[in-house]
Amino acid sequence: MRSPRCAYSAQFPTPQVPIPLSMTQQTPIVSMRGIHKRFGSVLANQGVDFDLQAGEIHALLGENGAGKSTLMRVLYGLYRPDAGSIAVDGRPVLIRSPRDAIALGIGMVTQHFALAAPLSVTENVILGQEGRLWLDRKSAEAQVAAAAQRFGLTVNPRAQVRALSIGQRQRVEILKALYRQARVLILDEPTAVLIPQEVEQLFETLMRLKAEGVSVVFISHKLSEVTRIADRVTVMRSGCVVGSVSAAQASPAELARMIVGQTIMSVSKPRQLSAGRPMLILDDVWADDDKGAPMLRGVSLQVNAGEIVGLAGVAGNGQTELAELIEGTRTCRRGRIMVDGTDVTRASPARMMQAGVGRIPEDRHASVVGDLTVAENMALEHLDEFGRCGLLDRARLRRHAEQLIAEYQIKARPDDRIRTLSGGNMQKVILARVLERQPRVIVISQPTRGLDIRATEYIHGKLLDQRQRGAAILLISEDLDELLKLADRIAVIYGGRIVGVMPAESATPERLGLLMAGMQHEHEAGGPDHGAQG
Amino acid sequence: MALKVERRAAPLWLQPLLPLLAVVITFVLTSALVLLAGANPLRAYYHFLIEPLSSRVSALEVLVKATPLLLTGIAVTFAFYGGFWNIGAEGQFLVGAAAATAVGLNAHAIPPWVALPLMALSGFAAGMAWALIPALMKTRLHTDEVVTTLLLNTVALLLVSALLNGPWRDPISQWPQSPEIASTAILPKLAPRTRLHLGFLIALATALVVSVLLRRTVFGLRMRAVGLQPKAARFAGIPVERMLLISALASGGIAGLAGMVEVAGIHYRLIEAISGGHGYTGILVAMLGNLSALGVVLAALFIGLIDTGSQTVSRALGVPVYLGEIIQATLLLVTLAVLLLQNYRLRWERRG
Ligand SMILES: Nc1ncnc2c1ncn2[C@@H]1O[C@H](COP(=O)(O)OP(=O)(O)OP(=O)(O)O)[C@@H](O)[C@H]1O
Ligand SMILES: [Mg+2]
Repeated sequence: MRSPRCAYSAQFPTPQVPIPLSMTQQTPIVSMRGIHKRFGSVLANQGVDFDLQAGEIHALLGENGAGKSTLMRVLYGLYRPDAGSIAVDGRPVLIRSPRDAIALGIGMVTQHFALAAPLSVTENVILGQEGRLWLDRKSAEAQVAAAAQRFGLTVNPRAQVRALSIGQRQRVEILKALYRQARVLILDEPTAVLIPQEVEQLFETLMRLKAEGVSVVFISHKLSEVTRIADRVTVMRSGCVVGSVSAAQASPAELARMIVGQTIMSVSKPRQLSAGRPMLILDDVWADDDKGAPMLRGVSLQVNAGEIVGLAGVAGNGQTELAELIEGTRTCRRGRIMVDGTDVTRASPARMMQAGVGRIPEDRHASVVGDLTVAENMALEHLDEFGRCGLLDRARLRRHAEQLIAEYQIKARPDDRIRTLSGGNMQKVILARVLERQPRVIVISQPTRGLDIRATEYIHGKLLDQRQRGAAILLISEDLDELLKLADRIAVIYGGRIVGVMPAESATPERLGLLMAGMQHEHEAGGPDHGAQG
Repeated sequence: MALKVERRAAPLWLQPLLPLLAVVITFVLTSALVLLAGANPLRAYYHFLIEPLSSRVSALEVLVKATPLLLTGIAVTFAFYGGFWNIGAEGQFLVGAAAATAVGLNAHAIPPWVALPLMALSGFAAGMAWALIPALMKTRLHTDEVVTTLLLNTVALLLVSALLNGPWRDPISQWPQSPEIASTAILPKLAPRTRLHLGFLIALATALVVSVLLRRTVFGLRMRAVGLQPKAARFAGIPVERMLLISALASGGIAGLAGMVEVAGIHYRLIEAISGGHGYTGILVAMLGNLSALGVVLAALFIGLIDTGSQTVSRALGVPVYLGEIIQATLLLVTLAVLLLQNYRLRWERRG
């Protein structure tokens, strides 16, 4: 039944335990066979078979663009497959729209949420399911509260969705699906937008759902999460299923090999050459958040040449504002920022770049102009160099882009609109644009969010290269594994203050976790370079 | 069957055809009205589109009609390109016309090669000044420029009205119109026995300059980035506020220049109906022309053709002149709808 295009299982007889239909004890709750879906010239799914058992948590893995979201969108009725069949409870079904999927007990939380911001949580949950003409708000709220309680989805039923955090919105989406009596819950990269504590909470919810017999499809790029929470793992590559394995039998390393089709070497941090001179100094820096409330309250931090300083912290404790200060897009209220001896407090983005700061922000889409081409975006930060008497030298623009595309192995053409690039390739474009300038200071936020293993390793490797070159790097990340792997020192931010700085060797997730939760306040112990004074 | 909307860009080959499609749809839609007016739609469209081109005088009249639209279209294009939603070309046109008149009325002792540039300059400056207010309000106070530019149109019209009923009222006829401007302040004719004047070439030159500026220069690319995504542009070190200010001022200036051209090329005086909506039509021209200079030239010529044609049609078939205006208005709506097709696609989906 599998398309001849997809013959990976023969090529890679890895630890998978293929389960033929006859061997399964029960009929799968969902069974997809030979799913094909084509977008223009891209074959997003080419003959995919996928089985979901009742009451299991089934992880779906694969590189960016492997076709995971496409397959699940087919199941939820968002896309019509070009070929293939779907059976629910062993009965063939036709799913033409999410409405059909919901009727069959299938719910999905997509990568981009579909909530009505001005409405309350309850209103969002019951939207489209009111049933009667009159809305019984009281009993609806009670129902929503009860469901929230039962599954550990803590959220106030009366709150306006506009006021909720990303993690809370996700809970509303899950509640919405459960309210519609979903027996199958599809979560497309749910943890990519969550902070560690919220991930724990989500996993708690998933375990409770599983206990109640709900089946979960869980898409993620984080293998450690997958081996923890999932019962089975299905790996996709280039629109095909590579294989299905029991999660208990698979190690993250083996899964990684199935995903990319070859062993990929995890980059490791070489010894630090020597502690260089201080390149980035923040001295008692204060700044407001978007609403004008004080956010940073006296941050002092120092990053030396040839050093990666990791900044850990729960989202919303000031790391975004701190990054923006150094990016030149937020004004400093008080204190001083120095880059290699130059005072850049309150400098504009242009002056920050002149001072030798390379900036890779958290929100990729806010740092590139989606409708401009890859070549134009690559040159956007220093356009003057592409002018001849004010006229734009298009040929040079293109040569420059071609060179960077080759050097950074970006899957794109110079004339592609950057909006059409995958997350990993877009991040590579931004990285190339910045690193090409050989910046003395690099401030980079959430560098690998949503990226697959290969792209993640690539970016990590590039950052370590920059460290060897002597750049001072401030790495802001919510991924503790990433910080522990790359950083020389780790600083923790809590409530707009640096509450601790420690060498990476002495940092453990537990110790960082305590600091991130604001339970402890530490000062750096000794060392030649004092990172923080407060 | 169900109609579904998908976000999907139209294929590249289709994009230049979309304005053409808009024209065809408009004609189909308005043919019912033509029938109601008691005329044969095909004959009506023949008179609209072909007849004006059949004689030299009326063909040149198309260019005359297109001249102010070309300028206001370019003005609106400049603003929209940089993300400044200037709905105020009408007001900027009016103050430009008034300022040019002020110079023209006092230019008797000045030779034309001084008077005309001076008029153009003052028209441009007045339009700029009129755009400066909403531009500053946007960059400093984040006030929506759509509202402020639109409101200022009325203010400009009242200002012109006040001038014409007050200090500039024509002493001879006592009409609310200014006296004639000096003969040295009149744009030379390009062809004898027609109304075609130098303003047409000025408009073409402006279109050319703006096109090169926006499409071929570093400045233009920066402007484009600001227009598309100001946040990302600011991040990349582009001074967003300054660029917005420039696009607003250039736009206002060009609209003001359009006012000067109408005064010095056609009416030789200021009248209340000096614009008669050229500023608003400029928005249509800019959208129809897809914010490209060549597109704007073609769109202005096309609207000029319909303008000329609506007179021919009403003479030949006895239908009201307003038919031309209805067609223009319909064209605007259809164009906006069709432009959506650039990013979205309609698809029929069969229900089981
Ligand atoms: N609506 C669409 N239009 C055109 N191409 C699409 C569309 N959706 C997906 N694709 C393409 O299909 C392929 C598979 O995409 P899909 O989103 O399923 O990947 P994925 O495995 O979910 O990746 P990621 O991990 O980045 O989310 C990609 O090449 C993508 O560019
Ligand atoms: Mg996806």
